[in-house]
Amino acid sequence: MRRPIEIGNPLLFFAMVVVLFPLGMGPSSDNLATVAPGILWITALLSNLLTSDAVFRSDFDDGSLEQLILAPQPLFLSVLAYIAAHWFTTGLLLALVSPLFALMLNLPVSALGTLIVSLLLGTGVLSLLGGVGAALTVGLKRGGMLISLLILPLYMPVLIFGGAAVQAAITGSPPGPYLAILGAMLSLAIALAPLAIAAGLRISIDA
Amino acid sequence: MPSGAVRTPLLATQSLGLVRGGRELFRDLTFEVCGGELWQVHGGNGAGKTSLMRILCGLSRYGFEGEVLCSETPLYLGHQPAVKALLTPRENLQWHVSGAGLYDHERIDLALARVGLCGYEDSPSHTLSAGQRHRVNLARLFLSSARLWLLDEPFTAIDKAGVNEAQDLLSAHVDAGGAVIMTSHQTLQVSCKVHSLSLAHGVVA
Repeated sequence: MRRPIEIGNPLLFFAMVVVLFPLGMGPSSDNLATVAPGILWITALLSNLLTSDAVFRSDFDDGSLEQLILAPQPLFLSVLAYIAAHWFTTGLLLALVSPLFALMLNLPVSALGTLIVSLLLGTGVLSLLGGVGAALTVGLKRGGMLISLLILPLYMPVLIFGGAAVQAAITGSPPGPYLAILGAMLSLAIALAPLAIAAGLRISIDA
Repeated sequence: MPSGAVRTPLLATQSLGLVRGGRELFRDLTFEVCGGELWQVHGGNGAGKTSLMRILCGLSRYGFEGEVLCSETPLYLGHQPAVKALLTPRENLQWHVSGAGLYDHERIDLALARVGLCGYEDSPSHTLSAGQRHRVNLARLFLSSARLWLLDEPFTAIDKAGVNEAQDLLSAHVDAGGAVIMTSHQTLQVSCKVHSLSLAHGVVA
């Protein structure tokens, strides 16, 4: 990676937002523990959303995207590689450092494993969906707001099941079913989202 | 190149027409490009040269009339140099662009040497000048094994010596049975015959 700051930014954003909640809601640890799964998940979602706008932006600007579309390699695999790179630098890292922030929010230690697994699965879906939005808005000069409006509704199911998995782990009920649904979403997204991204890129480059 | 293969058109269009913003840019554009031919697209600014090139290479797929038949994937070099600022020239040439090509280290070094970037192989591309970045883009011509080249203003920001070398390369490619369609405002100094396609009047000469 030539620009380490681009890896650091989502993590710093994650840290800053997590710190904001105790400041806004008061530092009572009981309070925080009840909303911690939601806070962590929404923060992961937002940091994913903020970075997904840039996935194809620089390639669109310097003409590399035209070459990517015309290249002999299947576009399905190329965009999958882009999304994988995006996920490695946001989703994977966020999932790995999330226990640190979870402890800051007084999340029970027993739920940490579920939190990591749910974030690993869920952020994969988020990156793929974000890629669809990025592909559709890359031709616009300021697509930032539009991309949020386009893909936030699609993020909701992931948030529901991701948050529910962690909540289940806290209350002691098995989180397996929620994680299974997240896994199913991820499988579906890996199969279908690259098609949508490829089509979106072709449309954006055509306009 | 056997003489039989030269005759089959690498690219053929059938009555291409394009209307942009209520203005008709071109209409009924029908031509065939065979191996061993160099075509130069003429036309003033806004005449639709780039639009035509994007239609020919397949980037524009809607919004025009007519048909483009391409027998194989062409190499397309557009206005933007497609050179990533964070990568070195060598790395930039390693990722594959349109059309078929060979991308081993020796050929990349050779190609960079041919465009006069010897010694710049491993410096980040954002330290290069605009002209040097366009030269990196031109180096792709040396790596390409595609028979049809679609070049949109390939000489932008290139100095005189570079333009001469690039023209020699185009001549060599055409002599070897390849075909080139290019836009340029300059008069080409090439050894082969230049077919001219004027968008202002829709004349194929």
